[in-house]
Amino acid sequence: MTSRLTYLDWNATAPMPSEVAAAMAEAFARCGNPSSVHRFGRDARRVLEAARAQVAALVDAPPSEIIFTSGGTEANHLALNGLPDRRVMVSAVEHDSVRHAVADAAVIPVNPQGIVDLAALDGMLAVEKRPALVALMLANNETGVIQPVAEATRIAHAHGALLHCDAVQGAGKLALGRASLGADLVTLSAHKLGGPAGVGALVVASNVPLAAIQRGGGQERGRRAGTENLPGIIGFGVACLLAVARRGDDARIEALRDEAERRLLAVAPDAKVHGAGARRLPNTLCLSMPGVPAATQVMALDLAGVMVSSGAACSSGKVKRSHVLDAMGVPPAEAEGAIRISLGWSTSGDDIDRLVDAWGTLYTRNRASAA
Amino acid sequence: MTASFARTQRRLNAAPVYLDYQATTPLDRRVLEDMLPYFTEKFGNPGSVTHAYGREAEAAVEAARAQVAAPIGAEAREIVFTSGATESNNLALKGAARFHRELGKDGIVTLATEHKCVLESVAALKREGFRVTILPVEPDGLVDLDRLAAAIDERTVIVSVMAANNEIGVLQPLAEIGALCRARGALFHSDAAQAVGKVPIDVEAMKIDLLSISGHKIYGPKGIGALYVRRRPRARLAALFDGGGQERGLRSGTLPTPLCVGLGAAAALAKAEMPAEADRLMGLRRRFLAGLRARLPEVRLNGEPERRLPGNLNLSFPGVPALALMEACPGLALSTGSACTATEVEPSYVLRALGIADELAGATLRIGLGRYTNEAEIDYAVDALAAAARRLGVGRG
Repeated sequence: MTSRLTYLDWNATAPMPSEVAAAMAEAFARCGNPSSVHRFGRDARRVLEAARAQVAALVDAPPSEIIFTSGGTEANHLALNGLPDRRVMVSAVEHDSVRHAVADAAVIPVNPQGIVDLAALDGMLAVEKRPALVALMLANNETGVIQPVAEATRIAHAHGALLHCDAVQGAGKLALGRASLGADLVTLSAHKLGGPAGVGALVVASNVPLAAIQRGGGQERGRRAGTENLPGIIGFGVACLLAVARRGDDARIEALRDEAERRLLAVAPDAKVHGAGARRLPNTLCLSMPGVPAATQVMALDLAGVMVSSGAACSSGKVKRSHVLDAMGVPPAEAEGAIRISLGWSTSGDDIDRLVDAWGTLYTRNRASAA
Repeated sequence: MTASFARTQRRLNAAPVYLDYQATTPLDRRVLEDMLPYFTEKFGNPGSVTHAYGREAEAAVEAARAQVAAPIGAEAREIVFTSGATESNNLALKGAARFHRELGKDGIVTLATEHKCVLESVAALKREGFRVTILPVEPDGLVDLDRLAAAIDERTVIVSVMAANNEIGVLQPLAEIGALCRARGALFHSDAAQAVGKVPIDVEAMKIDLLSISGHKIYGPKGIGALYVRRRPRARLAALFDGGGQERGLRSGTLPTPLCVGLGAAAALAKAEMPAEADRLMGLRRRFLAGLRARLPEVRLNGEPERRLPGNLNLSFPGVPALALMEACPGLALSTGSACTATEVEPSYVLRALGIADELAGATLRIGLGRYTNEAEIDYAVDALAAAARRLGVGRG
């Protein structure tokens, strides 16, 4: 075992900055249900609304458009099910929580770079008789490929459709405003941008008549019941503030990612970077080592103290080929050798050295045994 | 008099005495200490089993799952983590109803005094075409078992009866209801958000198939809860939402490791301390009621007087509007009923179900005692409430 561990799985979850932890520790000392009318309740309500304004600022939306949820998955489900009687269309590379949100969603194809086919979307909307709801993510969690959300929104609106944008992976890594994206609904997750797991939000434009799915005490203006996760929401708010402040770090992270990509390809010229021709998140690299299953690579890296993933970090131990790479037309043999490397604000040049050493050693050993 | 003045003065500059433990409970410091490392240095995603940080988080979640199972006599793998009791109740009712619809079952039976989220879930299912029976309760708040038995038929999917009421604290006869449901082939769900860790619950002895648990009602964190889902005989559910397939596909979404750890720690503390704590709270409750009745014989206790949560009182002050009484007692943090509906002007539907007239219901406070309540606070609260109610003309007219 190495003494120091290298974490390169930021798209699975991001470590919490100390400022967020400090704000939450203070929040845990407070006791109050924001719906209570006594002083504890009123204090809780006040800090809840302050955090709502901080989250709203990240997406340039009025605070009244923020609905707090238990996370990105619930927010995606609410977005796609809270507007009944709409024909749902999802891009082929969406997260499973979007792809499976409704049973009969139409699938919008993507090109080999993983970018949604806008002409296909336009055609699908042109022949659809029912009002539609289009789901297009801001950036893919596996490849980092950024989608043309603003353009897709213009097309959707031209056909009288609404657009939902799952911005879980893009938020905090890209500038985003609900206004600039134009999206009618936007999903956010706290733990992907330095906040705690167990909190997310759905941003809903004020003219969208969203109906609640989780019903009960009428919290969140009747759009999402359940006592608010106040410390979590406070942590989310602070994480959003920090994410905006840290945007200056993007160029450094992108340079490290590009360096990793260059050096890995120098070691393994036959390796394939997925979505290389597209605009990508500055922190994400998805690549295949030919002939070596992703599980083998991830295990070898883990033994060397380098943490990456073989795709989405969802249900434990699930081994199945990526629907994202399938949709991009990546041959199955190549897709099975794909790993995801994702960086963050504390990633250093040393981390990249360790990654390149460990992955390069595996590649060389494998070449030697194959020869 | 001097003593009560001194108590009042001591309190004036301090935070109000918290007497709203059924709305939410403070996080126990011991729970917080267990949670903190998982926010910062042990931050892995428990779904990331391919690396060390992920496995560390996964191990913590699984240890917490066992801790949550223990106080209710369940197995770890029967616990599904959710975002709270509201989601647990939605999942139990909608999940069971939708799963069994194709098997020809369409009946749902519940009580008029259930939490809003149970009644709202049931209302949503009624719109989907399920047959819904909402049973009245007796004037003491308890269900009539014969009436319940008559409401269950061979097409009943699920019977949902809460363990302890959030307003009046009364404890329903779970073991009898469980036996009835098992005999009739209906699933038995109990919303135990208020009961777990306060009164004994045993899913085996009580034949409970589905049971909802809340973190923030048991000195754990907000934003986390659990649903117990029986494995033998198996309680089958349809998930509310799909995605990453976490929690065996029953509840997708990244598991919040620190919150799971916090719920586990809170459950473990509740299990260890419940017997002594229940006795202590019952003593405080008696002291409160006796003290108040000595000063205000007009006060009326709502709900069965003994079969209730150790830390709950629900008291009517005839002739004194509850909001006026609360305003007259700024040193006390009290509520009129459920926090969810605290700002509503409508009288409590729970008190209405007990047959209490609207005027008296509007003169009612819920008193919730808990882990940090002490005798001095009880005495201060009794003084303050008695003086204010007397001043506001209790019992007049």
